[in-house]
Amino acid sequence: MAGSTPVFATIDPVSVEPPAYRQHTRLERLLDCTHLLVGLCLTGGLLLMALTSYFYTPQDPLSMSIGDRLQGPSSAHWFGTDQFGRDILSRVMLGAVVSMSVGVIAVSIGLVVGVLVGMLSGYFGRGLDEGLMRFMDALYGFPAVLLALLMTAVLGPGVFISMVAIGIVNIPVFARLTRANFLVLRERDFVTAARALGACDIELICRHILPNVLSPLLVQATISFPNAILAEAGLSYLGLGMQPPHPSWGSMLKEAQSFLRLAPSYAIFPGAAIALAVLGCNLLGDGLRDMLDPKLSRQR
Amino acid sequence: MRPYLIRRILALALTLFFVSFVTFVVVYVIPGDPAELILGTEGNPETLAALRAKLGLDRPLLSQYVDWLGSALTGDLGVSIQYDVPVGQLIVSRLPVTFPLTGLAMSLTIGAGIPLGILAASRHRRPGDVGLMIFSQLGMAIPSFWAGLLLMLLFAVYLGWFPAGGFSSWAEAPAGALRSLLLPAVALGLVQVAVLTRTTRAAMLEVLREEYVQTARSKGLSDRLVLYKHALKNGLITIITLLGLQIGHLLAGSIIIENVFYLPGLGRLALGAIGARDLPVVQGVVLFVATVIVLVNFAVDLLYGWLDPRIRYN
Repeated sequence: MAGSTPVFATIDPVSVEPPAYRQHTRLERLLDCTHLLVGLCLTGGLLLMALTSYFYTPQDPLSMSIGDRLQGPSSAHWFGTDQFGRDILSRVMLGAVVSMSVGVIAVSIGLVVGVLVGMLSGYFGRGLDEGLMRFMDALYGFPAVLLALLMTAVLGPGVFISMVAIGIVNIPVFARLTRANFLVLRERDFVTAARALGACDIELICRHILPNVLSPLLVQATISFPNAILAEAGLSYLGLGMQPPHPSWGSMLKEAQSFLRLAPSYAIFPGAAIALAVLGCNLLGDGLRDMLDPKLSRQR
Repeated sequence: MRPYLIRRILALALTLFFVSFVTFVVVYVIPGDPAELILGTEGNPETLAALRAKLGLDRPLLSQYVDWLGSALTGDLGVSIQYDVPVGQLIVSRLPVTFPLTGLAMSLTIGAGIPLGILAASRHRRPGDVGLMIFSQLGMAIPSFWAGLLLMLLFAVYLGWFPAGGFSSWAEAPAGALRSLLLPAVALGLVQVAVLTRTTRAAMLEVLREEYVQTARSKGLSDRLVLYKHALKNGLITIITLLGLQIGHLLAGSIIIENVFYLPGLGRLALGAIGARDLPVVQGVVLFVATVIVLVNFAVDLLYGWLDPRIRYN
């Protein structure tokens, strides 16, 4: 042993590579930025398109021109025309308004009601928690399309039904998330201290616990938003959402299906609009999550 | 295991009760008269009163619910107004389309999603991983019905390899039936493959950072052995949890895909029933699908209680 060199003595400090986690962090940061940037660009583009369509569309999205029916993309109609000669680009632009509105309203319904349920369940616990969570489990068994089918059967189809149905199926997600955070936070020292200082339940919930749940809720909202867009498109495709002649991306795809052979491009643009919108929102959600939850970011 | 099982069964019973409650409440409590809805413009006061009595709408709501629930528990979901046959019978007749479609899509999801997720994790931050993550982002963004249309355009309209829609019965032409389900299953499974790839990758990466994996590596075990024997087994809890949720998504998604490919399954049945104002059928299909989804999640709960004993004792 006397003549052996200690292992650490053989390591040349200059040749040692930086620790692996440092390389990963740089690359990860770059990728995370890319997520966020691409997401912001796509979502911003979608928002801009929706807002622009309020005062400008290349053509009137509802005006028919039978002579121009089922044309392919051209300089006059960049995305071509549909079976009634309506400009597909203008209709895709107007469809963005429907998607965004349904997304925002549905997620808001899920968020507001879900947070209320989760707060009650997580803060008060016991029987109320058990009952509410089982009810949430039951709601979880109803995908948006099922609930919309049921509601449409009674009230008739319409975009309002889509919003409500998608909103209701979002409630359990927000409720569970809020509850889980409340369960942890209500035992924290700062809450115990506030309670000892005489804070009532409402004050504890609204002033001390809820603000700490906002960032996971924000991340969840960005995750639920693209799902709401997808659900709305699916319901419109089935004829349960926005009704003709007003365009929505899903109903445009339904119409395009009948003309797949004659005008294949008709099926491309509304579908691509859905995919880009969802991709943008997903990337934005990923980017936000990584920003607000570095622990999760390191796992990716 | 027994206390865990009893706890889960009680929770299941409560959840199923709420499922039935929601299904009932939406139809009978929200504004609107189901009898008026069914008869539409053809109804006069006498026929309306007769239908209300037939449907039991003239009785107190609670009594209606108890009767409806009692019948549903014995498999009696009422009689279809459109077809004049028991709703249960109609649902059963559509299962040979919906269940194989969901099963095929699920097989595709598992068969592609898990290996791709493992592959991505094993090539973490290398081009293969980045490529797979791009694929999964795109896959998650493509709606299944658009994927269905694109597949139909390519493989049915241009290449003619598959039928563009319709369904041959299993009894008459099993190969034809399978062929007509392949494109819909791929369209339906695509999103779920993307989701499972991402989840499997994340679960594997988390496990691969654990100390026991480092120990296995330092013992000289091959990457393959570490990946499949040590990491995959422990990553399974997350994967199985997701699979349970995915079955629900696939069942719900099949309602849309059946309408893309004109497959005579539960989705077509429900949508046709809406057009015909056949409330018992809509209600029956919704109750059936929601119950299946809840039961699948219950089975998954049991499965990971069995896979990970810590869950049972907690």
